[in-house]
Parts: sequence; C-alpha cells; structure tokens
Amino acid sequence: MNKSLVELNNCGVFRNHKWLVRGVSLKVSQGEIVTLIGPNGSGKSTTAKMSLDILKPDEGTNTIKKDIRISYVPQKISIDWSLPLRSIDFVNLVTKHKTSEINDALGITGIQHLINEDVRNLSGGEFQRLLMARAIAKEPHFLVLDEPVQGVDYSGEIALYKTIQEIVKKINCGILLISHNLHVVMSQTDYVICLNGHVCCSGIPSSVIKDQEYIKLFGSNIDPTLSLYKHNHDHHHLPDGSIDKADKNK
Amino acid sequence: MFDDFIIRAFAAGIGLALITGPLGCFIIWRRLSYFGDTIAHSALLGVVIAYAMNFNLIIAVFAVSCFIALSLLFLQKRTNLPDDALLGLLAHSVLAIGLVLLGILSFIRIDLMGLLFGDILSVNITDVLFVWIGGSIVLIVLILIWRPLFAATVNLELAKAEGLNADLANAIFTILIASVIAISIKIVGILLITGLLIIPAAASRNLSSTPIQMAIISSVIGLVSVVLGLQTSMIWNSPTGPTILAIALGVFILTLIPLKKLLISKKKIELSN
Repeated sequence: MNKSLVELNNCGVFRNHKWLVRGVSLKVSQGEIVTLIGPNGSGKSTTAKMSLDILKPDEGTNTIKKDIRISYVPQKISIDWSLPLRSIDFVNLVTKHKTSEINDALGITGIQHLINEDVRNLSGGEFQRLLMARAIAKEPHFLVLDEPVQGVDYSGEIALYKTIQEIVKKINCGILLISHNLHVVMSQTDYVICLNGHVCCSGIPSSVIKDQEYIKLFGSNIDPTLSLYKHNHDHHHLPDGSIDKADKNK
Repeated sequence: MFDDFIIRAFAAGIGLALITGPLGCFIIWRRLSYFGDTIAHSALLGVVIAYAMNFNLIIAVFAVSCFIALSLLFLQKRTNLPDDALLGLLAHSVLAIGLVLLGILSFIRIDLMGLLFGDILSVNITDVLFVWIGGSIVLIVLILIWRPLFAATVNLELAKAEGLNADLANAIFTILIASVIAISIKIVGILLITGLLIIPAAASRNLSSTPIQMAIISSVIGLVSVVLGLQTSMIWNSPTGPTILAIALGVFILTLIPLKKLLISKKKIELSN
C-alpha cells in the first residue's frame, strides 16, 4: 500500500511583507524519494520545515500522518562551545538507542571510530555523517534531508547518496531530499520538484531535466559532464578514499 | 557543637547548591546568564509586594519572577528586538517599579543589603524546608523534561521536527529558574544568585566531557563552595554569600590548570630520562 506520509496542499509562508514560498503542493509516500531543487532563497528549506510542521503554513494545509517516526537533518546546525557532547550523546539526543544500534548507524555512514569523540572535534564532513547517522538510528518512517552532503568530500558524497538509497530500501521510509544539484541525485530520485518561490516544474527526473523552466534556472550545458549516475560501478569508494571492489572474491 | 543557625545555614546552602548545579549548566548552554540576572533584579518588586501585603516572601518573589519570565516569552514572539535588549528592558523597568513602590509605601522597611547579598545565617526552618522541598520538586521536574529541554538546547528545530514538545519544556525551564531564584533570595541574595548558577557550572565545563557529567560535577563544585565558604566566613567573619562565590571562583581557577596535560608531559619527561 502506498499511503502518503506527508502532504502539502497549496502551501505558502508569508514573512516580513513577502511570500517566502507559495503554492507548494507535494506528497511523500513510503519508500519514495522526493527531491526539492532550486537556487538559494527559493524556499527549499521553508518547504521542508512546513512538511515537518516546524513552520505553520500561512495559506494551504500541511498534513502529517499520525504516530510516525520522523528524522530531520537540518541544513545548518552549530553546537555551542559550552556543550560537552560526544557523538554517542548526539545520536541519543531525541531517542535513546542501544549501543549496538548506534554502532550500526555510525558504521553505515562510516564514522564508527568517532563514537566517543567530542562533536566539536569533528570536521564538517564528519559532522554531516553524524547528523545522518542520528537520523538513520531512529529508523524513521519519514526522513527530511536538507542538503545532507554539504562539506562531505567527493567520494563520500557518492557513498552517502548510495547510503540514502539503501536506507529507503532497508527501512522503507519516505524521504524528502533537498539538493542544489539534480544531476548528482537524479538516479536515486523518484520525483523532483523544482522551486523558485513557487513550483516551477515537477515530475520524474528525466522529464524535469528537459523542462524549459528547469533549463532557465539551471542551464542545460552542464548535462554531459555531470551525469555521473547512469553507469553501474563494479566497486564503491569507502569514506577514507580507498576502493572496496565488489568482485574481489572472484 | 554547631549552633542551630549554623546547621540551618549548611542545610539551606547545600540544598541550594545541589539545584543550581544542573540548572546553571542549562543557563550556560543556552547563553541565558543575563536572563538569570533579569529575574533576580525583578525579585525586588516581589519583595516589596510581599512586605506591603504581609505575604510570604518566597511565594511573592516566585509569582513576580514567573510573570517576568512569561512576559519575556511573550515579548520574544511579539517584537523583533534581540533577547538582550528585551532582558535589559524588563530587568531595569521592573527594578524601577519596585523602587518606586518602595518609595511610595514608606511604611515598609527593607534590609536592602540583606536583599542584595542574602544572609544565609538568618534562615529559619521554614526557609530550609522551602529549599529542600522546592528544590526536590525542581530537580524532579528537570529530570522529567531533560530530554526535550536538552534536545531543544542543542537545536530547537530538530527537537520540534522530531516530535518533542520543545516549547513546553522551554516554558517549564523558565519557571524552574524563577523558583530557584525565589528560593535563593534569603540565602545568597538577588545580586549573587546568578553567580551561584554560573560559576560552578563554568568550572564544571572544564572538567567534563558529557552533559550529565557536567551537571553532576557542577552540583559537587557548588556544594564544596558552600561548605568551604560557610566555614571561611565564620573564621574570617566575612559576609557569607560573597565568600561562597569567592570560593567558587577559586575552584574555577583551579579547573583551568590542565591536569591531564601536566600528567602526560611529566610522564614524557620521566620516559626520556
């Protein structure tokens, strides 16, 4: 059954005499990845916050299915220097987990060795992986990822997007993903919504990419160099930069 | 043998130190040290009201503190002014109203020094009971709201998004601070209570690596400061509240010494010899 977890119906947010975003409708169902793309200030994060009910829409309605577990990876999060906080404490922030579950989640995002490290000693990329690990550990029904790979190195970015796809398969959750760059995420995405204060265009990735509105915003000339995901790897890159060959046992 | 009033002083001081430990940590984590000050300033109004209406001091101060704290929450939502400006506005205007009332109601005589700096040696058995019963309630409530409050301290939106009632936890926390300040008025006074909230927690930060550790160590440092401060003030005949804070400052300075590094470098020297 493909029941929707979250639904926005013609939603808009009005702040300081202007609409931050208006007329957004979207639906995220179980096992589905919906991607929001758009330039800076186009209302991506605002839309994500409406889908989490942190922001109440000033027009339209947001409906969230009752009694579902929700995980959120915000775009910006800064830990105050006065807070003594280890990775393990951070994973336990909202829900308390067993140590084995925490190890698993940190393992999936490749930072298991940092479990007792103080959060402020983590690099930007490591912290981003920690945010992901915390979100996964909850085994959410609905997962919102606001630019989850910022600051992650290139091979890590690929690995993390793969991880996201694996998570959807494993725990069958619905994901709302925010990204600058459709090309990098396109092979994982089921549905794309292109925002620029309003919904410019939406649909499956291969059709959005040809849409005139999309081309106006992002241009089309970047296509050939960045269509990374059309081929299948026979190996994958580990976070530390080494290569784990899938066929090494042959 | 100890005199009765000394035993009461120890009982009140130790009880207070145990609560201010964890609450002080949250005040530091949330950058609320000026908030504690604001509530403490507004306590004068509570004291005047208590004297004018012949009402229990602690309850009157608690009511006024809660009112100020909730006004702050209201103003935060209604205005675009930064928090420190709002706190300054509230602190000094309420202090002014308190002083005006005090002037008009000329029949009231208040020991201003006692109010500002407290007099732990004059606490009676009711005050001690207030500290221990009120303090226990504050601690229990804090433990109950710990997870949503702590999550909201780390990141408010994340806590809200994932279904924790962060707004409620924040409001309750504000009331907890108001109650602790009301309880502590007679013991350390309104000018020094912020110090008792912040200095032990700050010292504890230098020694701890997890939030719960920091809360517990902070209580212990507060306790040590109260015990040593009381004894020192009896030996030197110095004012008790300030002595307690001076001792707390001493502990803070001690925690700045990087013990671990010193131990490690010592070992290295031994090894190289």
